[in-house]
Amino acid sequence: MASSSVSQRRVALACHDLWKLYGPDPRRAMNAVLSHGNDRERQRAALARSAHVAAVAGVSLEVHEAEIFVLMGLSGSGKSTLLRCLTRLIEPTSGRVLLDGEDLEKAGRKRMIELRRHAMGMVFQNFGLLPHLNVLDNVAFPLRVQGVDTEKRYARAREMTELVGLSGLEASFPNQLSGGQQQRVGIARSLAVGPQVWFLDEPFSALDPLIRRQMQDEFIRLQKMLRKTIVFVTHDVQEAFRLADRIAIMRDGAIVQMGTPAEIALSPANDYIAEFLRDIPTLRAIKAADVMQPLSDTGRPARTVPATELVEAILPMILDDASPIGVLDAAGTLAGQITTGRIAELARHGRA
Amino acid sequence: MAGPDAVMNLPGKPFSFADLGALAVPAAVLACIAASAQWSWIAAFPQDWTLPIAGAINAALGWIIPAILPVTAALSRALAAILTALVLVLQFIPWPATAIALMMVGLRAGGPRLLGLCVVAVAYVVLAGFWRQSMATVALVLLAVPMSVLGGFVLGLGAYLVPRLRRPVEALFDFMQTFPAFAYLIPLLLLFGFGPVAGLVATAVYAIPPMARCVLSGLTQVPRELVEVGEMAGCTPAQRLFWVELPAARPMVMVGINQTTMAALSMVITASIIGGFDDIGWAVLSGLRQADLGKSLLSGLVIVVISIVVDRLTASLFAEPRGNATRRRLPAMRKVLAGAAIVLAAGALLRLAPGFPQGLNQMAGIIDFGLLNRALLGFVGRYSGVLDAIKSGVLYYLVLPLRLGLAGAVLPTTWGFAMTPAITSAYALLATALAARQLAKGGPGKAAATLCVAMLLYVGMVAFPWPAAILVTAWAAWRVSGPKLALLATASLAFVLISGLWVPFVKSLYLVGVSVVLCAFIGGLLGLLAAHNNWFSAMLRPLNDALQTMPQFVFLIPALMFFKVGEFAGLIAISLYAVVPAIRYTEAGLRNVSPAILETARQLGCTPTQSNLFVQIPLARPALLLGLNQTVMAAITMLPIAATVGTSELGQQIYISLGKADAGMGITAGIVFCLTAINLDRMLRAAAGHLRSI
Ligand SMILES: Nc1ncnc2c1ncn2[C@@H]1O[C@H](COP(=O)(O)OP(=O)(O)OP(=O)(O)O)[C@@H](O)[C@H]1O
Ligand SMILES: [Mg+2]
Repeated sequence: MASSSVSQRRVALACHDLWKLYGPDPRRAMNAVLSHGNDRERQRAALARSAHVAAVAGVSLEVHEAEIFVLMGLSGSGKSTLLRCLTRLIEPTSGRVLLDGEDLEKAGRKRMIELRRHAMGMVFQNFGLLPHLNVLDNVAFPLRVQGVDTEKRYARAREMTELVGLSGLEASFPNQLSGGQQQRVGIARSLAVGPQVWFLDEPFSALDPLIRRQMQDEFIRLQKMLRKTIVFVTHDVQEAFRLADRIAIMRDGAIVQMGTPAEIALSPANDYIAEFLRDIPTLRAIKAADVMQPLSDTGRPARTVPATELVEAILPMILDDASPIGVLDAAGTLAGQITTGRIAELARHGRA
Repeated sequence: MAGPDAVMNLPGKPFSFADLGALAVPAAVLACIAASAQWSWIAAFPQDWTLPIAGAINAALGWIIPAILPVTAALSRALAAILTALVLVLQFIPWPATAIALMMVGLRAGGPRLLGLCVVAVAYVVLAGFWRQSMATVALVLLAVPMSVLGGFVLGLGAYLVPRLRRPVEALFDFMQTFPAFAYLIPLLLLFGFGPVAGLVATAVYAIPPMARCVLSGLTQVPRELVEVGEMAGCTPAQRLFWVELPAARPMVMVGINQTTMAALSMVITASIIGGFDDIGWAVLSGLRQADLGKSLLSGLVIVVISIVVDRLTASLFAEPRGNATRRRLPAMRKVLAGAAIVLAAGALLRLAPGFPQGLNQMAGIIDFGLLNRALLGFVGRYSGVLDAIKSGVLYYLVLPLRLGLAGAVLPTTWGFAMTPAITSAYALLATALAARQLAKGGPGKAAATLCVAMLLYVGMVAFPWPAAILVTAWAAWRVSGPKLALLATASLAFVLISGLWVPFVKSLYLVGVSVVLCAFIGGLLGLLAAHNNWFSAMLRPLNDALQTMPQFVFLIPALMFFKVGEFAGLIAISLYAVVPAIRYTEAGLRNVSPAILETARQLGCTPTQSNLFVQIPLARPALLLGLNQTVMAAITMLPIAATVGTSELGQQIYISLGKADAGMGITAGIVFCLTAINLDRMLRAAAGHLRSI
């Protein structure tokens, strides 16, 4: 999942200057805020005067095809609201959302239903399983809504249940399943219609750490197979860094920093983000390609690693033997090198 | 009155004009009382100031009823035909067949326990000899419940789909549930004619709100996430409703069906007052009227038994099965129902066979009413001394003082002294001193309330001048809630005045007051015991359950048994009915006080009594106040029923108008009832809210 290639892909989902205000008269407050152009400070001041809350405050982002885009932030920072504005479960107060270039604002009710039936899938924090349906019927539910005939729908649902490893539990009801199993059902259901864009709102945060880890591995395995465009919400930094191609860190409704895990780990935009990163071993987020330097003239390094190798794995190599390590790109050609000096620099900045 | 200087000295509590205003209230009340001796219009609202509201309603009905009569008459004929057919069938099937069918369903739905209950119930009904009558009652319920369930479902769903309808619909339900059944029986009689159909319609209408409320609250409580699941799957609004929201609300809808059935069962008995139908309600009533208490008691027990069986049966039938069971249960249930239907049909066929004992369903009970009556009378006779003592005690020390005031009720013959000027001054001094103390503690509102209550107790409720009553009520409503409630209360009292129903209204109030005092005392005590003693609580629970599932009429029986016809029997019946919420809320309120706080109290060295008095009870105050509210509401709904044993208040007014088919008067009195209930409910709730926020 090399980031450089992701950013060259087609933009699958985008939003521009998206706002969601809560309060007595969001529309008026919105006009007051927007009258200040792009001046964030004055916008904030206008908002405070109007006694409205901005759950989403002027967010613009682009998610590329087959990218895992993670929205991260503390509780109340507006992640869920942003996600729901992207799916139009919540009507944004202002701004545009583009799905495959199509402006969702202009999509009528019929078109929205159409899009949700075929182009979007969503996984919910508390699983959102329908209590009166068994596993198979839950998974088949979106297909039933579309009017797919019974046989086809159950065949597809069985396929999905198998994909998430729940074969044999088709006839069970949600209240007979563990949390992890329930979320597998949620995942299978969201995938049943084969959506282009996959939304996940803190899908694993209701699970205990061990199961969560298992589910993350499962998620990575699935994505390798399915290559969906993903918007993934979490408040767990470790989860974000494990899964993300790119991360957007939110605070008070706005995006504070957006970039690959390595970019964020190597240069946090401010202390707020640096504070976030304290809890994670950033070396695990940084890959050889993120820190490699141009090749020097002194000659070909004796050892090489692939560009996707984690710095964490390179560290013991370089501690054993101080000579530079070459970095090979996807095609296998030598693209750069890593020296002891570079590693020492990382360590000095407190990132190692 | 206490001097304000006492307050001035309190640091940080400056004396405000609002406080002065509070003290102006008792002053004005005193002025009214003084003036009422001079001007008679203050003492009693003049007759010529009233408006002929009842007449206006009758005139309006005179227009409306003929207009819709063709429709309702046709409906009435149709319903009558269905009802007659249903009764015929139910009474035709030999009881052993019905019993077996019932037991099959009971066993399937609730296991051996419910089966046992069914066996006992059938045995009792047959042995007491009320099979025929109970089948008539069951027929009424079987017809009314589907109508109510459908109506309630549609209303609840409508209110959910159109949020703007919610408030008016809620208000309508409040109205329907507090509007005395007797009062709307009258227009129904005019529309549907004398006979069981009017009762059937009344029952169906009465049982709508619980269903509608449950549907609405079930739907609004569907987790947001599930609604979003539906949206994201691309549901159309109809798909979302039928495939996501309604299934998720199913448990609540089932609770609604259970409650609606119970409401119908209790109303079916009340509606039987119309007569013309040989059902259980009629058996109870005619027993009461003929002073055949034995018969009344036995038939009353039949209702209790039926109620309990129906309650448990519907509750277990609709109980949310766990997981997998849903799928397995439904076909199994269907099989059992089919089996039961076959048993019923087979029973009916058997009866057609020659040689079948045709009198099976008419079998007389094995219990001799006469003997029971004599036994009861003997019992009552033996303890008549005790019973009389209770009666006169409550009468002289609670009822009369409230009605006539201390000024009228305190007599040497009963209290041992008269209200001489000296004693009166002492009383006034005591009240003033108490008020002064409260004022000094910084509670001008409490001080004013104390003075008002003292004056009310002195002159009595009947002689309390109406302007003073309006003033005090409006002020109290303002204080606990705000100007809106004050306005509502004032308007309500004004309506009572101009409708000319002030005196019966006041009498109703004191009857409610007395029974609430009794209930609060006895129920509070029982609740307190139950909160501290698990064994006692477990003993009390089934009793409470039984009392709550009992139709209101049944409460008249013991009251009449022990204390002949009259106001006191009414009072006892009201109290018996209204005591359950007092018990329940007291126990729940006390038990819900967090154990951590009680532990702290123990740590601080409180004795159990201290912990009770200073920690538990004060913390439970909001719950206790809500219990009081429920008690008041229960007492109010019981008033019209109690009127049938001879009280002289608003309920009696309705009962009389039912006899005269005077719809206008019945409805006017019914509106007064509703207004009373709604105002008291709002005020007590607001007060409970206040306590909670402290
Ligand atoms: N319906 C609403 N009305 C008013 N304010 C709202 C509403 N919904 C969300 N908010 C506010 O918007 C802000 C963002 O909420 P949101 O649920 O998006 O946060 P979140 O980042 O998803 O938090 P969490 O991690 O707790 O789920 C919060 O401050 C919240 O109080
Ligand atoms: Mg959230």
